[in-house]
Amino acid sequence: MKEQEINNDNGRRGFIKNIAIAAVATTACGTLACSCSSKKPVAEKIKLLSPDGEIVEIDSAYLNHHETMSVLSQHEQRTGMAGKKFVMVVDLARCKNARKCVTACQKHHYRPEDKEWLTVKLMQDSDKGAPYWFPKQCFHCDNPPCVKVCPVDATFKRQDGLVLIDNDRCIGCKFCMAACPYSTRVFNWAEPEIPIDIKDLAYNAETGVPAKVGTVEKCDFCPDRAREGLLPPCVEACPNGVFYFGDENEDTVTNGDETLSFTQLVKDRAGYRFLEELGTKPRVYYLPPKDRQFPVERGYENLPDNIKARFKDVMEPGKK
Amino acid sequence: MELNTYQQEAFNYQRPNIEKFGKKNMMWSLFFLVWILIGGYALYLQIAKGHIVTGMRDNVVWGLFIVNFIFFIGLSYAGAIIGGVLHLLKVPWGKPIVRLAQMMTLISVIVGPIFILLCVGRFDRLHHLFIYPRIQSPMTWDVMAVVTFFAGAVLFLYMALIKDFAVYRDAKMNIPKWKQKLYKILAIGYRGAASQKRHLIISQNLLAIIMIPLSIIVASILSWIFGMTLRPGWHSTIFGPYFVLGALYSGCGVLIVAMWVYRKMYKLDNYFTNKHFSYLGYGMMVLGAGYGYFTFSEYFTDWFGSAKWDSEVINKLFSFHDYGGWTLFANLAGIVIPILIVSIPATRKPGWIALSAFVMVIALWVKRYLIIVPTLETPALPMQDTRMEFVKYSATWPEWALTIAGIASFLLFFTIISKFVTVVPVSGLEEVNFPHEPHHHHHAADAMKDEIKTA
Repeated sequence: MKEQEINNDNGRRGFIKNIAIAAVATTACGTLACSCSSKKPVAEKIKLLSPDGEIVEIDSAYLNHHETMSVLSQHEQRTGMAGKKFVMVVDLARCKNARKCVTACQKHHYRPEDKEWLTVKLMQDSDKGAPYWFPKQCFHCDNPPCVKVCPVDATFKRQDGLVLIDNDRCIGCKFCMAACPYSTRVFNWAEPEIPIDIKDLAYNAETGVPAKVGTVEKCDFCPDRAREGLLPPCVEACPNGVFYFGDENEDTVTNGDETLSFTQLVKDRAGYRFLEELGTKPRVYYLPPKDRQFPVERGYENLPDNIKARFKDVMEPGKK
Repeated sequence: MELNTYQQEAFNYQRPNIEKFGKKNMMWSLFFLVWILIGGYALYLQIAKGHIVTGMRDNVVWGLFIVNFIFFIGLSYAGAIIGGVLHLLKVPWGKPIVRLAQMMTLISVIVGPIFILLCVGRFDRLHHLFIYPRIQSPMTWDVMAVVTFFAGAVLFLYMALIKDFAVYRDAKMNIPKWKQKLYKILAIGYRGAASQKRHLIISQNLLAIIMIPLSIIVASILSWIFGMTLRPGWHSTIFGPYFVLGALYSGCGVLIVAMWVYRKMYKLDNYFTNKHFSYLGYGMMVLGAGYGYFTFSEYFTDWFGSAKWDSEVINKLFSFHDYGGWTLFANLAGIVIPILIVSIPATRKPGWIALSAFVMVIALWVKRYLIIVPTLETPALPMQDTRMEFVKYSATWPEWALTIAGIASFLLFFTIISKFVTVVPVSGLEEVNFPHEPHHHHHAADAMKDEIKTA
């Protein structure tokens, strides 16, 4: 019986399936209560979509509920997801500095406003060149200068391409920050303010939560979301579909609206990697800001003053 | 221990220095201690509030602490090379100053690493360096280098002291019991027997042979913490030798200053003669020229090539709106002035040489600052940050307080050690170490004439 299968499969696969099913169930019928500790049928049947694509009906008592922030073993956090090779493509022609990605990232990682793992720069490649918005997160380099210099293996490269940080191990020497050519990493200079609901969580390298004083942190590509089959919050939050996230092995990337072939996209749109000449082999590709959807001013005019001030030199040269 | 007349003379002369601490020394020590305590308070603040109390932020992640680390550890390497070379080449005039070089080696290899600890965000996790070491990190190389070097420095100084400890032990000095006992333990039963002599000299020679290349290796490794990154102003093949030379040069300067201070303090004119100042001055001149050549080569290559990122740093270094003034000072006071002072006969005198060495040492500290900070203030991506403290580094008072505390502890160590051992080694002195009759006090001008004659 299907019911039995779902309940008896204790492997990690089944575990992930259960999460997925529970997620579907919660969205399918909002009335579902969470206290399902007893395994006796309560005669309330729920229709679910099984991983095989079949509609199944199970008793609500048999649903297992899991915390979304599941506890991964140290080993799993360090080795990453087998068979995956995460990659991101950023379409510079679409960015208007709406900054939704920035706030979504901060919210997801419980970070304060002044801590930007993902930041939007205003770039101008040459004097005559037009300025353009340039969202920048960690590039998760395949030849990461930060990982090379870490003396304690606190920052590491995983099989799925991600570069993550174990902030229980980090000694705070900041060598990785000095070595990263992209100013990706940020440091907890003071005791970070941590919301009560995550205060007692064990540190998870896949979420970077909770923050710890005297340690380094950075964008993690949200593998916790990938495990749930979801896109990183920055990708989801972007109103213009700037970010395409996906798996290089599957050769697909998606911005939530459209799913494309990664190689085709990079080929067609002349994708490039930032500072390719440094040899760091980033996993983030940029599509040049050609035929732009928005004038650059659109991302400047309505900014709050403190953020606006960042770009004054470029947007209003001569004015001080 | 039997002493020859030169040795006896040297011991009798310096004996009061290790018998009594002296009021003056006590005052100085207290003065240093006050600064160390202020540094201690700054450290407490840093631990309690985090590194937010420093001027370091996400762009300039390293500041004064790393500058001090490079500075002190450089002195240490220099002391080992100078001490090792003087020992191995059996330079007759070198004997009286070898101990000073070895003292500098040990003291600065203690003070230097303290600064790297101050720079680490979590020193409660320092043991991670040993339980999770990652061999491909230049930081791990440096940990191994400094630990090895520290062991070498302790042994190098100690080996050279054993004979002296035996002298102090046998001298029946007017000292407290514990001190007498300490000398007895430290002399490890040395009586001057032929076999003891042979073993000691072989050990010392071996150590000297190890310490010289070890210093070169560890100074290079220190440079590679910076050289191995991709940053402009750091990622340079010249960095290893540049740091070795910079270390030697500044170490030579500190040695000259230390010689001058001790000569004044303990009236050691007969041992730290004008000749010593001239000779070390020549050394300083040659090293300064080499260091100047490297500096020129480094800047000139970057400037001529004018790659964008490199140029940004060069422009900051040479613009008077930015670091231009400091660059000018670092190169004038750090290269031109010492060379001029030593090469002009009229200024080739202990006072002038020591003064120029002192100024040069400060200039070399500034130079280390100019290596670290401007590069970190020049990331590849525009900073576009409105928080000024994130854009431009400016050291805070706790950083300065800890820097001064470091210098104070350096000086305090020198003061205390000079109360335990004679600054001029007693046991090794022979007639050849004294080209002139030790009792005869030379007039400076006479010494100059003698020097010219011998040269």
